Amino acid sequence: MGKTFAQKVLERAAGRLVKPGEIVFAEPDLIMSHDNTAAIIDKFRTILPEGNVRYPERLAVVLDHVVPAATCKNAADHAKIREFVEEQGIENFYDAGTGICHQVVPEMGLTLPGTIIVGSDSHTCTYGAFNCFAAGIDRTETAGLWVTGRTWFVVPETISIELSGFFGERVSAKDLILTIIGDLGAAGANYKAVEFHGHSVSTLRLFERMTIANMGVEMGAKLTVFPPDRNVMGYVRDRGVDSKRSAWSDSDAEFYTVHEYDLSRIVPVVARPHSVDNVVPVEELEPTRIDQIFLGTCTNGRLEDLGTAAEMLEGGRIDPSVRMVVAPASREVYLAALKQGALQILLEAGAMVLPPGCGPCLGAHQGVLAPGERCLSTANRNFRGRMGEPESEIFLASPETAAASALTGYITDPREVM
Amino acid sequence: MSVFYYHQDDINTDLLFPGKYTYQCSSGPEIKEHLFEDLDPTFKEKVQPGDVVMAGENFGCGSSREQPVVGLKYLGVKAVIACSFARIFYRSAINQGLLLIACPEAVAAYAEGDEVDVNPTEGKVKVGDRTFEFPPLPDEIMEILEDGGLLSHLRKTYGRTGSEE
Repeated sequence: MGKTFAQKVLERAAGRLVKPGEIVFAEPDLIMSHDNTAAIIDKFRTILPEGNVRYPERLAVVLDHVVPAATCKNAADHAKIREFVEEQGIENFYDAGTGICHQVVPEMGLTLPGTIIVGSDSHTCTYGAFNCFAAGIDRTETAGLWVTGRTWFVVPETISIELSGFFGERVSAKDLILTIIGDLGAAGANYKAVEFHGHSVSTLRLFERMTIANMGVEMGAKLTVFPPDRNVMGYVRDRGVDSKRSAWSDSDAEFYTVHEYDLSRIVPVVARPHSVDNVVPVEELEPTRIDQIFLGTCTNGRLEDLGTAAEMLEGGRIDPSVRMVVAPASREVYLAALKQGALQILLEAGAMVLPPGCGPCLGAHQGVLAPGERCLSTANRNFRGRMGEPESEIFLASPETAAASALTGYITDPREVM
Repeated sequence: MSVFYYHQDDINTDLLFPGKYTYQCSSGPEIKEHLFEDLDPTFKEKVQPGDVVMAGENFGCGSSREQPVVGLKYLGVKAVIACSFARIFYRSAINQGLLLIACPEAVAAYAEGDEVDVNPTEGKVKVGDRTFEFPPLPDEIMEILEDGGLLSHLRKTYGRTGSEE
């Protein structure tokens, strides 16, 4: 019987053969944290009041969640983090303005195919787009990893998702992953690895794979991963990344379940409040007015996402009843979108453009919602109260649906405004 | 001993501790003020040391924020018993030394007013007059839990004694 991706990666890390269900101890290759690094420092210091991080070269620290600082507490946290990374010689530090961790870490060439990455952020699974074994952990475990360099993993069973066909017009990766989560449910992949297979995987570009991998945790997955194919090798070449550890499951690997999706049958969908698996085709949704549109985040704040929205909004005006907030995922994305003219188009259409970062996604600043307000967001989570007041509502959709809805003021099937 | 029973699946981290406070609060007393705010605003006032929380499937799904677990531990909650737990939340509980019991039978058996008693060493949970067994944690993980969480566990090996934040 062949082996899965997760088995192979953990076998190499543990130096022995492993089976699903076993616990192994392994040293992650990269340990990522963001603004919560301030809290991690405090925890780390309760173990080693004066000692050093064991492997400073394995840390990546990105300030992205509340940047620039919104409160005095945020500012103090950021200052503490800057001092710590300086003191510990942590070279992979990216200060406010660089971008969202899940965009910046790949941009900096830190997502080496086949390596193990953990991050104190649930959307760490995004790096599976680059063939990484990438899983979220909490702050305390991150502090422990700074001390010891190692942690435990349960070898997961693996779900295979086989893709065929091509997306129709104005249908994109976000619609696919929302559809999958709607089918499998919010706990449908709990503790599992999710591998993407099938003829159509090679047609999915990296930005699309990042959108898909990013949302694996919304169905409970430990990791979501794509094969180390030509697209990944293009990244490896462009960013000068070491790819010799890339891995993939054997053709006779045993999967927990296999699910097949024909991309040509995917339609624009939204996840209704207040759970990500509450998915319905836009065309079946009752007319739904919106107050705010949020285009951005680690799910859909990339150059191609902004470009698509700009293309749809070019020469048009955002409906006067709607505020549109745009947050490019990184400085690199921001600059490219600036050069391509996407930001100018979005601004001319009436959008606000935020600095690179998480923006209002977690309800900390830059576009929080009032009671009764409704936001159509390209983010990954629509839990009650996430973007502000518990009596507000979040619908999740693709950049295409966001742009179409910006024009009309209600949630609109992007195929209607072509 | 009281039981806080939430007959609901997929209770997520934003309901347990809203994201808008994630970068404002990290200590037990600060967290308490917002714990379960959008799930049950009365929880923080009513909960007593030794109490138990019960819920449905996939408890703690969503963010990696550990404040819900830190808050429950701070308030002395003895255990959370649910049909199942989300992965990061489960790890978080081990890291904080909070006992989680995945036992759908125990959740199904609960009726209002039932006494609930937990014996982690024997792997047993008693609901009313019925007793259910749950599988023990692997030794390596049990050790972390018994040490009172990952930080105290690591302090045994690496550090001097120091107080938690």
